[in-house]
Amino acid sequence: MKYVDEFRDPEKAQFLLTEIRNLMPNLLKGRTTPIYIMEVCGGHTHAIFRYGVETMLPDGIELIHGPGCPVCVLPMGRVDDCVALAHMPGMIFTTFGDAMRVPGSKESLLQAKANGADVRMVYSPLDSLRIAKENPDRQVCFFALGFETTMPSTALTVLRAKKEGVHNFTLFCNHITIIPTIKAILDSPDLQLDGFLGPGHVSMVIGNSSYRFIAEHYKKPLVIAGFEPLDILHGIWMVLKQIAEGRTEIENQYNRVVPNGGNTVALDAIGKVFELREFFEWRGLGSIDHSGVRIRDEYSEFDAERRFSVPALKIADPKSCQCGEVLKGVIKPWDCKVFGRDCTPETPLGALMVSSEGACAAYYQYGDIEKVHDTRALVEEMV
Amino acid sequence: MSTVVEAAAKNGKPRHRGKVRVPTITLAHGGGGKAMHDLIDDIFLDAFDNEGQAPLEDQARLSLADFAAFGDRLAFTTDSYVVKPLDFPGGNIGKLAICGTINDLAVGGAKPLYLSCAVIIEEGLPVETMRNVARTMAATAAEAGVKVVTGDTKVVERGACDKLFINTAGVGVIREGVDLGVDKARPGDVILVNGLLGDHGAAILNARGDMSLTTAIDSDCAALHGLIDTLLSAVPRTRFLRDATRGGLATVLNEIAEAAQVGIEIYEDRTPIRSEVKGFCEILGLDPLYLANEGKIVCVVPAEDAETALAALKSHPLGKGSARIGEVTDHRPGRVVMQTVFGGRRIVDMLIGEQLPRIC
Repeated sequence: MKYVDEFRDPEKAQFLLTEIRNLMPNLLKGRTTPIYIMEVCGGHTHAIFRYGVETMLPDGIELIHGPGCPVCVLPMGRVDDCVALAHMPGMIFTTFGDAMRVPGSKESLLQAKANGADVRMVYSPLDSLRIAKENPDRQVCFFALGFETTMPSTALTVLRAKKEGVHNFTLFCNHITIIPTIKAILDSPDLQLDGFLGPGHVSMVIGNSSYRFIAEHYKKPLVIAGFEPLDILHGIWMVLKQIAEGRTEIENQYNRVVPNGGNTVALDAIGKVFELREFFEWRGLGSIDHSGVRIRDEYSEFDAERRFSVPALKIADPKSCQCGEVLKGVIKPWDCKVFGRDCTPETPLGALMVSSEGACAAYYQYGDIEKVHDTRALVEEMV
Repeated sequence: MSTVVEAAAKNGKPRHRGKVRVPTITLAHGGGGKAMHDLIDDIFLDAFDNEGQAPLEDQARLSLADFAAFGDRLAFTTDSYVVKPLDFPGGNIGKLAICGTINDLAVGGAKPLYLSCAVIIEEGLPVETMRNVARTMAATAAEAGVKVVTGDTKVVERGACDKLFINTAGVGVIREGVDLGVDKARPGDVILVNGLLGDHGAAILNARGDMSLTTAIDSDCAALHGLIDTLLSAVPRTRFLRDATRGGLATVLNEIAEAAQVGIEIYEDRTPIRSEVKGFCEILGLDPLYLANEGKIVCVVPAEDAETALAALKSHPLGKGSARIGEVTDHRPGRVVMQTVFGGRRIVDMLIGEQLPRIC
């Protein structure tokens, strides 16, 4: 495949791995723990498992799979609100595919669909707007979620709906922002992190200046990286090199896509339509100040939360789940009490088992092969 | 029950055949009266007319001697076909219903002989759509050398089914000496496939038109009994064959690993997938290893027969793209592991539910 295979070249990978191995002795001198690098973005987590990147790294480097899977961090109460909206008479509820399986307290959207709700999978919010125009006598609600990556397309859809005077279209806004979340992770007292792989697609929208505080205040290196396995390996090498040279900087490995200033057209659209919420609830991490956005008053007619009554109940995460600790890298997925036993991709208890971008589901399905194997054998013995 | 197959002649005189004179099928066509007989005459008998079958009976009557001539065991299978859309690049639901059941017989080492065809039609289906599907079925069966000898027609209310559901059952005869089984894979065995994977799944998703992608991908829908016959003649010791339909290659490999309690190791760079399908999967966040195929088999053969088997597969038009994609191992029984193009390793697990496109 043109423009893709180049970024999956095993020879170049071996070259980078040699460079990484050469850095390790110095990096580990005087340390009792490995180097911990967090990839913030779920897309990175997916690619790391898809290509077995983690299985190629030398000992002494551990990847922490961070909170950047928007499907995983959605709290159960919000899913219940989706299900309630989907069950409203006459409602067509539209969603991205991988949000269908996220468990609510009673039903997922997939179950709601089986129980009679008109839930339709779309690939873009514009598909949802089109469905609204084709069904003028019905309400159409789009389940908007994701970080700054998906926010611009939602914002542009709202702007278009307003311009075209589409009155039967709303969105249930669950967009979240990355920066406050990284800050919350950095402020957590039990954290051990040496550096970050920054999210490529989010950065394509927001640019790289927003990350400066991570290097300046928290003294951690961050390298914005692309999503092909070579990008990721290259990004890891750049983080390690910064540590080795005693630098803490924001660097851009993904400069073929990420402009330093971000995408001003996208940022304008986001700014027009959305404003920060005081706080937003995250599954596994709790409430984080200014980490979510909502629709501005000028566009309130498109806000499902204001237009319809949603239950808006807060549902606590199951007590046995240790998603928060996994997200922060305090424990590994297989250290969680319920991993692979009560919590599996079929019957996920915790957020991280929900989407293939979630750390636990990724380990369960793609596996750090030896560890998963051992854990499963252990689980089978225990059952 | 009503027979689809009737003799064209009764008491030596040609029976007058009914005609459907309306454009759409209605509940009247399922009512058992004249409208139903017209539908059967005009669509199904017209397509499946078989000489020598018992006239106007509720069952096909098949000679045991005909079976015994081909082998020592009967193979019997059934499958239902519910594809959306009914027509797709590379085939339609009718072609699928014939090929799918032929393949289910053939992967057991059987020579497919007779099929049934039962249709459940949603009222409102255009008569021409049904006629086109029936004709495709007849042509596909004729080409494959199997006969559709009995059938049934039901019409249900709008919403009770989606346009058209087809069930085909099939019987075939397993040749003596062939004994294929999912639990027969042994460490050291070699895994082969007969060509590019994921075409059918990608073609169907693409044909639904939700993605507005212009890439043309044809379904690989094909009857594989000829190919399988070629393979089994060359390598009678073949351990196991399965068509990689729903759930794709990954699912079949997991079934083998689980049933035979062996490990399986495959190589991403040797697994044939066309770049259009790869690109399609990249865009949607799907994994081609789980995409459905309708013309691809996974073969497990002893290592010493691997070259012979590969050459046999490649000698057949439906096996030109055959490849050796991996091995059976004694490492981690029950697990499928893939060596990625990048040089890493990952587990290829059974799919949990349906594959859902990823958000970003």
